[in-house]
Amino acid sequence: MQELAHHALNRAQVLGANYADIRFVRRHFETITVRDGHLDGLSIDESAGFGVRVLYDGSWGFASSATISRDEIERVTELAVAIAKASRTVQRAPVRLGAPITTRGRYRTPVAEDPFEVSLEDKIALLMAAEAELRSVKGIRSAEASFGCQKEEKTFASTEGAYIEQELIETGCGIAATAVGDHDVQRRSYPNSFGRHQATRGFELVREVDLVGNARRIAEEAVALLSAPACPTTVTTVVLDPTQLALQVHESIGHAIELDRVFGMEASFAGTSFLDPSMLDGFRYGSELVNVVADATAPGGLGTFGFDDEGIPAQASPIIERGVFKGFLSSRETATQIGRESNGTMRADGWQRMPIIRMTNVNLLPGEHSFERLIGEVDDGIYMHTNKSWSIDDKRLNFQFGCEIAWEIKGGKLGRMLKNPTYTGLTPEFWANCDAIGDQSLWQIWGTPNCGKGQPGQTAHVGHGAAPARFRNVRVGILP
Amino acid sequence: MTMTQTDLTARLLAMSKADQTEVVIAERDRALTRFANSEIHQNVSERDTEVRVRVVVDNRVGVASTNDLSDQALAQVLERAHLLARHAAPDEAFPGLPGPQPQPRVDYAYAAETAATSPEARAAVAEVMCRMATEAGLKAFGAYETSSGCLTIANSRGLYATQLATKADVNLVVMGDDSSGYASFTGVDASGMDPEALGRTAIEKALLSRHPVELEPGAYTVLLEEDAVADLLEYVANAGFNGKDYNDGISFLSGHLGEQLVGENVTLYDDPLDPDMLPLGFDGEGTPKSRLTLIERGIARAVTHNAYTAKEAGTVSTGHAQPAPSTACLPTHLRMEGGTETKAELLKGIERGILVTRFHYTNLAEPLTATITGMTRDGTFWVEHGEIVRPLKNMRFTSSALEALRMVRGLSRETKLVPGYYGATRAPAMVVDGFRFSGVTRF
Repeated sequence: MQELAHHALNRAQVLGANYADIRFVRRHFETITVRDGHLDGLSIDESAGFGVRVLYDGSWGFASSATISRDEIERVTELAVAIAKASRTVQRAPVRLGAPITTRGRYRTPVAEDPFEVSLEDKIALLMAAEAELRSVKGIRSAEASFGCQKEEKTFASTEGAYIEQELIETGCGIAATAVGDHDVQRRSYPNSFGRHQATRGFELVREVDLVGNARRIAEEAVALLSAPACPTTVTTVVLDPTQLALQVHESIGHAIELDRVFGMEASFAGTSFLDPSMLDGFRYGSELVNVVADATAPGGLGTFGFDDEGIPAQASPIIERGVFKGFLSSRETATQIGRESNGTMRADGWQRMPIIRMTNVNLLPGEHSFERLIGEVDDGIYMHTNKSWSIDDKRLNFQFGCEIAWEIKGGKLGRMLKNPTYTGLTPEFWANCDAIGDQSLWQIWGTPNCGKGQPGQTAHVGHGAAPARFRNVRVGILP
Repeated sequence: MTMTQTDLTARLLAMSKADQTEVVIAERDRALTRFANSEIHQNVSERDTEVRVRVVVDNRVGVASTNDLSDQALAQVLERAHLLARHAAPDEAFPGLPGPQPQPRVDYAYAAETAATSPEARAAVAEVMCRMATEAGLKAFGAYETSSGCLTIANSRGLYATQLATKADVNLVVMGDDSSGYASFTGVDASGMDPEALGRTAIEKALLSRHPVELEPGAYTVLLEEDAVADLLEYVANAGFNGKDYNDGISFLSGHLGEQLVGENVTLYDDPLDPDMLPLGFDGEGTPKSRLTLIERGIARAVTHNAYTAKEAGTVSTGHAQPAPSTACLPTHLRMEGGTETKAELLKGIERGILVTRFHYTNLAEPLTATITGMTRDGTFWVEHGEIVRPLKNMRFTSSALEALRMVRGLSRETKLVPGYYGATRAPAMVVDGFRFSGVTRF
């Protein structure tokens, strides 16, 4: 592989490129889905190829191919340079990358139990058992259980001398049950919604999650929701569970701090950000309790790796400290524009995409409250759990979330179950109203395996550490 | 291209020892030039061929894919699919793979010149739009994508279907300090795209939307332009008209086919063979596609099926399978019938209301009512006495799309093809009374 890499890099230099890198990626993905008593999907997918990125006179070109051969590498490298020359015809200022990156290294996700070594029989049996348990609850119309694991082997080499090999392993699983009543459909998921919870871990994750042991409770909650009262429309105190809070962090912090969005590089598609570099070290993002770090080194996080796709070693960098905005997610190109160094967040979705800024593990650090105290200090409020829907504007300010389930809080205790809970707010106001965060024992990194961004579209696997947290004066429900 | 795929499918089918075998080969060449702040900042190209194999052994199904076309890799992909099938439990409901059927010809889905678009040609289009924005004192952001592909599906029962396709897609946002405007094009043939016309539309909106003001949330008459209408239609179709959810009884349509669902002025098709769509002759298991009337003058007429959901429902596939292992059966070629008035005439007919260019980050809040939430973006305006009188700050809507389709007062004659999450939708602009906005922004 090293010889092919050097061939591409040399060819790019001969053609006049100031900088070039090449990534070889091989991805192996296994999915199993059991639905309504039968094996609904069982597949193994493999995709391999390479992408060449070149900088020619300050303009980018990128080309990729699935055919890994010396001839094809030559064709693709020449195409990348031709594309960069075309880019240069509509250039305002040349791209600058800052100091050279000469990292050489290896990284492999540490796993206790390789998910690809666990037999298919065992995986299928576990999912069938969990799905059967869901359907054993009266009133469940549809049930599903799913498992997925991925191995990605990446080799990165650049004309600056970087050479990195990585093997990243992910494992995920989940269950969901749907209950149908008169003019109502309710769904509950575990441990997270929209498919599964995922992490850079091995099969030990599946064993810890205990799908079978949680199936009955989840199914019973789905059925109970059919006869639960609707969540009221009001302004009140809201406690969010860690899975919903993870998505709240993702949408209202994680995307807003992407420096490419700030510079308008995603404006036509995903949007921009309400933040700008002048707000660094001064803007109050949230209350004093709000501390956020982007940590690509966090063990098990779905956004954990050894090096980003520009060769920058994984790192933990401060985003919000005691409520004050401290840092963006950056690339070599964007960091240079604000006089900083990249904090290593460039990742590409496979061999065929150019790396862009992606969240790593954007973690809300734990506070000091036990769950009992989070709830116990609330006279009147609502505890919401598990995301059902999400929406946020193109500047990442005005959001609305729906959850699968909620419970009212009365006199410091959880009360009646409520269905169809939603809440809405504006990002800095919402985080300013955070008055309690759960402690370390309640904190966990949750995986978001479906983060979309970029054109052509790229899906990133990112993580968010969160404990349950409490917010005052939240608008709940939809105004009539 | 096609000869290679024919050879590949024949080889794989000959190698397979399964009861039934299906081979799907998807070859794609795709390039995209992206610009921001009136300069090209990303410019990419990719070439890939995926081989996907589904094997059936005693009603046990396994699926595997690879993009390595070597003999060894092709043998391995078959082996992996067999391995999975051996481990699967028998699924007595599995309907079997479809047999050979006459396939519609959709030669018009491919434009050779679009397939051959060069990086220089894409850059020239970007340059026109960036220069126009700069001359207007604004900045251009967007992307121009051209792609070509060949999809072939063959199975051991003798089914064979193959199709070439191209797509050209431009999206353009022009921004000022506190304003933005939008224009876009999607089609089979890039020659139908006029970058200067797109530039003029987006610039006009960006200039008109300067210095926006806040409007109280509430129910208003709206003129939803084509992009916004397409967004709503996609949710309605996916939440209500897919056969799987219908069979499971969890669709708002379950048990209500044949009933008046929305207003009599609403007719909606899934129209995959229409030359003005992105035509596709067959679905992910090779079943031929044809026009399917989903809503006829407000009455719900049909839902989409793949072979599996069709067997469950005691009917036949409507040609809406996704390639295995996906079990989804979604409408991907929605086309809503337009009305008799022009967009300008629709605007003239609004006494007081809001013009919405498009929505951002919409999501289904409640599937049973098709309640959708999202934000407006790139040009939201207050209309009085048939004229745009001032720009508005972006607003959040939370509204039932079904309710909106019951309150349609007018539809434009013009329609536009809008790319969506699952396919592309051809939609008119639409005037809706009582459209509900639930929040405002301060920017």
